[in-house]
Amino acid sequence: MTGLKRPVVRLEGVVRRFSDRPALDGISLTLESGEIVGLIGRSGAGKSTLIRCLNGLDRPQAGRVEIDGTDITSLSEQALQPIRRRIGMIFQHFNLLSAKTVAENVALPLKIAGEPAAQRRAKVMELLDLVGLADKADTYPARLSGGQKQRVGIARALAADPLLLLSDEATSALDPETTQAILALLQDVNRQMGVTILMITHEMEVVRQIAHRVLVLDAGRIVEQGPVARVLASPQAETTRSLLRGLSPVLPQDLASRITAEGEQALIRVDVYGPAARQPLLAIIEGITGQPPRLLHGGLNDVQGEPYGRLFLALGTSDPGRVAAVVARLQPETTAIEVIGHVPRDV
Amino acid sequence: MSRAMFDLLLQGLWETLVMTGVSGALSFVIGLPLALILVTTDRDGIFQNLAINRSLGLVVNALRSVPFIILLVAVIPLTRLITGSAIGIAAAIVPLTIAAAPYYARVAEVSLREVDRALIDAARAMGATRWTILRDVLIPEALPGIVSGFTVTLVTLIGASAMAGAVGAGGLGDIAIRYGYQRFETEVMVAVVAILIVMVAGLQWAGDHLARRIDKR
Repeated sequence: MTGLKRPVVRLEGVVRRFSDRPALDGISLTLESGEIVGLIGRSGAGKSTLIRCLNGLDRPQAGRVEIDGTDITSLSEQALQPIRRRIGMIFQHFNLLSAKTVAENVALPLKIAGEPAAQRRAKVMELLDLVGLADKADTYPARLSGGQKQRVGIARALAADPLLLLSDEATSALDPETTQAILALLQDVNRQMGVTILMITHEMEVVRQIAHRVLVLDAGRIVEQGPVARVLASPQAETTRSLLRGLSPVLPQDLASRITAEGEQALIRVDVYGPAARQPLLAIIEGITGQPPRLLHGGLNDVQGEPYGRLFLALGTSDPGRVAAVVARLQPETTAIEVIGHVPRDV
Repeated sequence: MSRAMFDLLLQGLWETLVMTGVSGALSFVIGLPLALILVTTDRDGIFQNLAINRSLGLVVNALRSVPFIILLVAVIPLTRLITGSAIGIAAAIVPLTIAAAPYYARVAEVSLREVDRALIDAARAMGATRWTILRDVLIPEALPGIVSGFTVTLVTLIGASAMAGAVGAGGLGDIAIRYGYQRFETEVMVAVVAILIVMVAGLQWAGDHLARRIDKR
């Protein structure tokens, strides 16, 4: 390929106000072809408004929204239609048409694109095969489970070979097991068809599992962005930290209550990710203090194959010099290291 | 009951059926588009046009607020213009339609408004044209309500057609008044009421049955 690849989506200084309250307050972002990007934020952060601006269902008061190089902010409803046909969308509540069968629902984008009925059927069956619902083609959505409905939603969103797939809290109404299956399907779709996916969610777990990159939205602004592993391992913004709560280990209450300023053993918190997590950290510490450290809490998890985690370690000593040496030695290996306090030997 | 009376009732039944059927069909053909216009031209509708919406709403409300017995007399000049006469079945169909079409428009409008806004947005997000949204989303999703609303309209029309009978349109209502009421032939009155009850019950059953069959929710 020659030259620069055109981004699928490019937003520049997008502002959208409702009466006086800004829902989007100067959003700039770029989605490259083939990536899965998670857009996370609490409810009311502006996520839905942002996604609606991407297909022109909502219009910003300022800024540019470029889809595949075309600025859509000033396009008429009619001029938007061909662009919208290249953007698939899946919804939290599926939004399937109750009066149409599964096959008719999936066929709708093809019908809109002007595909003849004969070709439609073949394409629909291919898509239903992909999402594992070939036997439900002539069933009405009311007879499907939530997970099956979302599979139909995904098949429908993919029908017109979109270059961008927008997912608006697609797994938020589903149970954990079904969520896993739907996320795996989206990941498959991304790998097989190369479609760019923007996932809006309030669940960091969803982002951790399939997103390559994460954008954190708070009060209409992007407060943090970066590779998922980096953001999970060392969140910078307060919003990110609070969204991560529940995902990163925190000290259990009974343990935390026994931490004192002075004591027998220094307690450190170590955040690691990537290759650092593969280092023999405990052996390194023992080499400095002469005592094996004790793992009191925490552990490792993975973000798409990259390990990341948080460890609470009681060092075998409280000697300030040795503790400082440990911190100094581990600093370059870890994303964060901190001496929290001291704990007794029997904790 | 005499043979003559039986024939009379049979003819009355036929006339009622014709009046109700024809004005019902016309009300559907006129009322449903009216309902679609009222819904889609409203604020945030797919064909938003508040001028059309407000003026049409005004006309529908005006027609809906005139009691049928008054409308019946008030539109006589128009009836004459259309049918050439102010009495008879054809003449009754004009005021019946003028009363029932706006009525049905409001009933169908309610069903159309109940279609989830999110479904319309989903279709817009797919790049659907406004006509596709009308044909593939709005109408099919509201169809059960459109059908049961039509049943209600037909039942109302049966009642109204009896009133039209009072101004010489014929039909069961006319028979009930002339024979049952004015000549004290209780038997005829009872027969007419029985026929009307069976008609309405049958119609309601058929309408409910059809609405249930097309409702896939």
